[in-house]
Amino acid sequence: MAAKAERSKERVAVAKTYKIYIDGKFPRTESGRYFTLEDPKGNVIANVCRGSRKDFRNATVAARKAQPGWAGASAYLRGQILYRIAEMLEGRREQFIAELKLQGVTQRAAQKEVNASIDRLIYFAGWADKYQQVFSAVNPVASSHFNFSVLEPTGVVSIIAPDDSGLLGLISNVAPTIVGGNTCVVLASESMPLSAVSFAEVLHASDVPAGVVNILTGLRSELTEHFASHMDVNAIVFCDGARKTARTVQELASDNIKHVVARTDIDWNRDSAQHPYLIRDTQEVKTTWHPIGS
Amino acid sequence: MSLAAVDTQRKLPDLDRVPRVDEVGVNERVARFQSRSIKKASKVEALRMVLSMIDLTTLEGQDTPGKVRQLCQKAMHLHDSVQGLPHVAAVCVYPTMVSVARKALEGRDIHIASVATAFPSGQAPLNVKLEDTRMAVDQGADEIDMVISRGAFLAGDYAFVFDEIAAIKEACGDAHLKVILETGELGTLDRVRRASVLALHAGADFIKTSTGKIQPAATMQVTLVMLQAIRDYFYDTGRMAGMKPAGGISSAKLAIHYLVMLRETLGNAWMTPEWFRFGASSLANDVLMQIVKQETGVYQSADYFSKD
Repeated sequence: MAAKAERSKERVAVAKTYKIYIDGKFPRTESGRYFTLEDPKGNVIANVCRGSRKDFRNATVAARKAQPGWAGASAYLRGQILYRIAEMLEGRREQFIAELKLQGVTQRAAQKEVNASIDRLIYFAGWADKYQQVFSAVNPVASSHFNFSVLEPTGVVSIIAPDDSGLLGLISNVAPTIVGGNTCVVLASESMPLSAVSFAEVLHASDVPAGVVNILTGLRSELTEHFASHMDVNAIVFCDGARKTARTVQELASDNIKHVVARTDIDWNRDSAQHPYLIRDTQEVKTTWHPIGS
Repeated sequence: MSLAAVDTQRKLPDLDRVPRVDEVGVNERVARFQSRSIKKASKVEALRMVLSMIDLTTLEGQDTPGKVRQLCQKAMHLHDSVQGLPHVAAVCVYPTMVSVARKALEGRDIHIASVATAFPSGQAPLNVKLEDTRMAVDQGADEIDMVISRGAFLAGDYAFVFDEIAAIKEACGDAHLKVILETGELGTLDRVRRASVLALHAGADFIKTSTGKIQPAATMQVTLVMLQAIRDYFYDTGRMAGMKPAGGISSAKLAIHYLVMLRETLGNAWMTPEWFRFGASSLANDVLMQIVKQETGVYQSADYFSKD
């Protein structure tokens, strides 16, 4: 009897509802569909939104709307906001480590991944007001022109985040994209989607304007074609090594001549996985020919 | 023109006997219209119908003849890469731009609507409003969009508003008269209903929600109340009148909700450009993008559609 009474006093845990992140809000998927996520022992951890093409469309509309304002913000401000994301993530380390463990990552690996994620944000925050100097140029030309090239953000970028690195892989692709003034729609890891949703909460608390980062969860097999074909997306970054994916993405992306950036077989834990060329990937070069007296 | 010349058939009804509006009921009904699922072939048909009902509008202080010609061009060539699209119902401009639009639309079956009567405030004496109207008609306007004197209406001077509408209707001659109630300034749905009844009895061919200069502009709630007024007026008198929600309808999805409401309130007879219009400037592009999406299966970008 006593044991039973004791048990009944045990607190019932409050499970978190994992939702998607569109335009600075956390809606459920418009389709009302879910898929269940299981831990390695086969226990159900969470019901995860199975995002639809309409969620993707809504996210793209939000990203398009947010893009001019974000690109118009000063490089300094964009850098500050990335620092802010890192600060917020730092304060939630334990939550992210626990969540990675829940998805089958070891304690040691989870700690390492969260640390690396925070550091990566700091790394790209630092580049915010520096990459332009490194990649821009005054070009020698043989006529009476002052000729120079500068980078401009390409616009809206769709990102298919790495499947095997739920948090670090996502951040490693989102940070260089947004630091350069792009906005993005991200498809989170299919096997480890929880960290992405919690990261959206961090973004939400970090002064990132609504629509700059939109995060969907769902099935790659269903969403990849829409990520690649949408006419209002200017570049697609995909971290999915399957040959079939590469083919589909390249074919569909050709319709409006998207930039296609393949980032496959990368170990995101390594320091070599961070470099300013990741920023350069989603930038356009604008060259100006300015007449001068000879 | 003196008011004595106004058609004596028109008589101001007793507005105290106009039914009161149940606001909660209206909200519930409107929510229902938005839950209908219109897909595939029906959706394409609805989208095409929306296009054919648009009054493509530019009413800015900065309008130039060039801007109006550009708008007319858009009206004639919505998106030529899709074959067989309907054209819009009309272009809607200020009276001073009517002759420009007339010339640009020469020989086309696209009407020219002109706002008149000291649009958008309506704060001018009657003779100025009549002159404004006659000028627009002389220049070739097929339709006149007048504003009511909201000040007089709110002050309870219904007879003044009634006589004014009737006088403008006379001045219109053969041109159709749309009466703008500017529901955003009327405040309650009860007043919207009263103003609708008043305008219909005064001879309005169309009643229209808003100038687009005041927020809120058209809402589904207000439009439903006006549609109900048109329906009851039809039962009373046997005369059909048209409806034009204007301002704030910029997505294809919302426009389809309006069509559902029209169908379920007034029925099929009203589902033509002759009896229903959308006053909008950015709606056309969203509808076109949806039509191309339905054709190609690929979501579209505004980059590939003409701006106005």
